Amino acid sequence: MLIVSYIVYLIASICFIFGIKKLASPKTARQGNQIAAVGMLLAIVVTLLDKRVLSFEWIIAGIIIGSAIGALFALKVKMTGMPQMVGLLNGFGGGASVLVAISEYERIYFGSQQFEANTMITIVLSILIGSVTFTGSLIAFGKLQELITGKVIKYPFQHPLNAILILGVFVAGVILVINPVNMELLLIITAVSLVLGVLLVLPIGGADMPVAISLLNSYSGIAASMTGFVLSNNMLIIAGALVGASGIILTIIMCKGMNRSLMNVVLGGWENAGAAGPAATRSSPKGQVKSIDSEELAMLLDSVSGVIIVPGYGMAVAQAQHAVRDLMNVLEKKGVKVRFAIHPVAGRMPGHMNVLLAEAQVEYEKLLAMEDINDDFPNTDVVIIIGANDVVNPAARHDQNSPIYGMPILNVDYAKTVIINKRSLNVGYAGIDNELFFYPNALMYFGDAKETITRLVNELKSTS
Amino acid sequence: MEGFILLMQIYVFVLAIVVGFELITKVPPTLHTPLMSGSNAISGITIVGALLSAGVEEISISTILGFIAIIFAMINVVGGFLVTDRMLKMFKKK
Repeated sequence: MLIVSYIVYLIASICFIFGIKKLASPKTARQGNQIAAVGMLLAIVVTLLDKRVLSFEWIIAGIIIGSAIGALFALKVKMTGMPQMVGLLNGFGGGASVLVAISEYERIYFGSQQFEANTMITIVLSILIGSVTFTGSLIAFGKLQELITGKVIKYPFQHPLNAILILGVFVAGVILVINPVNMELLLIITAVSLVLGVLLVLPIGGADMPVAISLLNSYSGIAASMTGFVLSNNMLIIAGALVGASGIILTIIMCKGMNRSLMNVVLGGWENAGAAGPAATRSSPKGQVKSIDSEELAMLLDSVSGVIIVPGYGMAVAQAQHAVRDLMNVLEKKGVKVRFAIHPVAGRMPGHMNVLLAEAQVEYEKLLAMEDINDDFPNTDVVIIIGANDVVNPAARHDQNSPIYGMPILNVDYAKTVIINKRSLNVGYAGIDNELFFYPNALMYFGDAKETITRLVNELKSTS
Repeated sequence: MEGFILLMQIYVFVLAIVVGFELITKVPPTLHTPLMSGSNAISGITIVGALLSAGVEEISISTILGFIAIIFAMINVVGGFLVTDRMLKMFKKK
């Protein structure tokens, strides 16, 4: 029986690997996800047949309750709410790791077995990483769901406090490994780790969430791996490592997209980051801002051959993805070539814009990554920016004093005309003015994205 | 012997990370959100540990912790795979 279960665990591990491999293309991705789900099912079933599993009441109740809640979340969540959803799921994964580690400790504590040093090390690591993932993800969820302010929250002695707590957990962990029969200490480590998760994520501002979510994703994987070490189960180690690697890669991509180091993001970032409304340090505008209304814009768009749309978080907030799709359709009907330029950190999580546009049935071939489309802006008639700001600010290229200097941006200002759809002239997340608004080829198209784009679509339809 | 087992586990861990890096760098940016939610679901593999904790015969603190862990892990697994499927269904070619 033991051998059979090991073989099935191996098959499940292979399912996870192939499942992720198939995510390399949108054509095979869905199948990949299903393969991974089959792997999970195999793993669960063979575990239930394990001779250590003797009573099923609790298990069945737990599986039914958990599955029902999970399914409800998955079917109800809106595509714009996906970052919160992923944050929340991450948290539950981390929470499960903590509980399993504590439970395993209790089993040895009350049982006849001896504590082994390496089991203790992995139990402590599992609790630390799992707890930080759990509360950190709940805070991230709260921020994205706007239950807590999305601004950077600073608290007194932020860095020394965190350093002391981390050091404290480390020291307590070493003591526990040396002298394992000490349940109070284990619970103290758990409590401090839970607090750490809150303190570490609280200072991270809204637009830095792609990094935070990716990092927490990676933690949840590493926590699962640690559980694998605790239970001496290679399948858990493999599955957790795959997820850990995925989270780390996404974290690196997100940091590069903002030209910031991981430390800079984690430690609470930009001075004015997340400031709402006009920044206090607002410099005087470098020229006149011109605006355009729907009618004029429809006329302008009537005579162009190519348009690039640049979506940002504002499109998600306004739920404007369907209106944007209508705009694409009406333009294409007029023979205009429409493409989308997606900055790596647009939105609140990696790939956020792509999912929203996919929901609106925009074909994925039209969604181009920054490096694939940046050279095309000079040959483009009109760029329409919908709810993006810092990722199109040319100051990143030349203004060494700008906090976003060096960040890779979409070169929208090289296009003949740039339309900026935005509710106001307010600053973006970085808390700085966008000089693009004052460029001679820039036109502001003010208003809520969904309303104004819908109006524009109607104008375009009436002129055809 | 204990040390040897740990070493073998680290071996597996490191190799799996290498495989993970190789595979995930090939995932296009357009699929990064489903990658996250899907890999998230995979991290719910701790369900295996939860089942072993909750399945012991006498009810103890372990059983109850295991029970809650099962709920958490199942939310993660079922929620993660379903929502990923919902998203991937939408990615269409012309």
